[in-house]
Amino acid sequence: MMTGQGSKHSSLWGALFIVLAIVPLLTGSQYVLSIAVMTLLYAYLALSWNVLGGIAGQLSLGHSAYFGIGAYASTWFFVHMGLSPWIGMWIGAALAIVAAVIVGISSLHLRGAYFALATIASAMVLKTLVENADDLLGGPRGMEVTLLRDAPWQFQSTGKEFYYVIVLVFVVLALLINWRILRSRYGYYLAAVRNDQDAALALGVPTTRYKLYAAMISAAMTAIGGTFYAQFVLFVSPDKVFGANLGVVIAVVCIIGGRGTLWGPVLGALLLLPSEELARSFSGGLLGADMMLYGLLLMLVIWYEPRGLVAIFQRWFKRPVKQGVTK
Amino acid sequence: MTSTTLLEFDGVGKSFGGLRAIDNVSFTVNDGEIVGLIGPNGAGKTTLFSMASGFLKPTDGQIRFRGNRVDGFDPPHICRAGLVRTFQIVKPFGEMTVIENAMVGAFLHHARPQDAREVAARVLQQVGLGARQEQVAKTLTLSGRKRLEVAKALATHPKLLLLDEVMAGLTSVETAEMLELIQSLRASGVSILVIEHNMKAVMSLSNKIVVIQYGKKIAEGTPVEVANDPQVISAYLGGEHAA
Repeated sequence: MMTGQGSKHSSLWGALFIVLAIVPLLTGSQYVLSIAVMTLLYAYLALSWNVLGGIAGQLSLGHSAYFGIGAYASTWFFVHMGLSPWIGMWIGAALAIVAAVIVGISSLHLRGAYFALATIASAMVLKTLVENADDLLGGPRGMEVTLLRDAPWQFQSTGKEFYYVIVLVFVVLALLINWRILRSRYGYYLAAVRNDQDAALALGVPTTRYKLYAAMISAAMTAIGGTFYAQFVLFVSPDKVFGANLGVVIAVVCIIGGRGTLWGPVLGALLLLPSEELARSFSGGLLGADMMLYGLLLMLVIWYEPRGLVAIFQRWFKRPVKQGVTK
Repeated sequence: MTSTTLLEFDGVGKSFGGLRAIDNVSFTVNDGEIVGLIGPNGAGKTTLFSMASGFLKPTDGQIRFRGNRVDGFDPPHICRAGLVRTFQIVKPFGEMTVIENAMVGAFLHHARPQDAREVAARVLQQVGLGARQEQVAKTLTLSGRKRLEVAKALATHPKLLLLDEVMAGLTSVETAEMLELIQSLRASGVSILVIEHNMKAVMSLSNKIVVIQYGKKIAEGTPVEVANDPQVISAYLGGEHAA
């Protein structure tokens, strides 16, 4: 369907995904599991980003804003009101939707690089606000999630298996959301907006409204990822959850994997996160080694195939039917 | 045939800052007609298209479509009312396949993808792109992309189609095919307002021709009347030939 992806290959990818998903649980190693959790978290975030940045083609580099909102919202309501993060997560999602509407109304009419700059600015503004909210949000030091050890109803556990299963479910749900969008009228309209906004307008697509919907869905999903992160590391700080790095990494994972495709975001995370871990251990903890690796991989993949890993695999495994002869 | 008015420009004007791009232009397109809009480069033809389709808002005057004002409404609204434009510089959805391109148009009235696909396939057949459904749009030739531009618009089931230079850059064989296509569209009940520089083509095609120069209407009539109008001859050939 969209951009020439065969849906018959989806079941193949699905089978591969399930097999890969079980392996980390079998190893029983907490180290392997924590890498697997982070890999899947980034797959989930890249899938969330994909709705706006991939399918609709609006290059957001400020998704850390929504991630941070989710992380802080559930943590604040848990620490101060005793509300389970399972519920606080939805408050975070709702707040992220509000933020997406505010950012969207002020910036979605901007095109290309200007939109990207506006999204970075929105994340930086939020980070600064949080850093200055010493009394309410703990300022630059952040907040600790009250430790309860094994409390699944409070979204906490001492075993990594707990988080692994949750994030795996999140990824599956995010895949379903993307799949549903891609095969609907809404998905075609977003793809049309990505390809040529004026042409889409002329054919009756209310482009601004549809982009705003995409931003809202994407923001809500990202915020839920933020809550997960807060519960996994049991600590939030402006640097970690609102940082400019994070916003860029989420986008890079999706772009390397394949923007606007179903499996691209997952592939991007599967390549990047484990290699980042390797780079970190081989470089002996050299600061910035992971970002250098991101840069290098991004350059290599985009140089070889701008449409990302999904397109590379398609090139390897099947003949390019659709790039057929031109008259 | 009973000729009810479909599209009506009524004293339409458009200024860009101090520049008067369109000044007091009035004409109508009736149901079942093909109307040709001609004039030298920069006369304001595309500006008129952009105003009728909602991409620009007129500074003065009114534009009515099927009796309702459309000036100032956005393009999606006007498209739903049954008026759709193509672009002079073709705008395919480059990464999508030919049929997906047409489906975007078809989705206007068919929400289910399988219905939209059916309509799209039919329209592509009609414009002669039936064999290229699965091709990625950006790999089409210019002629193919012009046809696709028409197909996308047709898939929205328009009452009135605004075609902006769909024959420019085509070979004579391709032009003949495009002429045939436009005539078949009228036969199927779509009215057409066409901007065209190919005089022979536009003369053979149109029921009525409107001539624009420097943003003003200088002539309107049947192809024969317009071709013999001294002002039109002067506009195209320069002043000294007028007398």
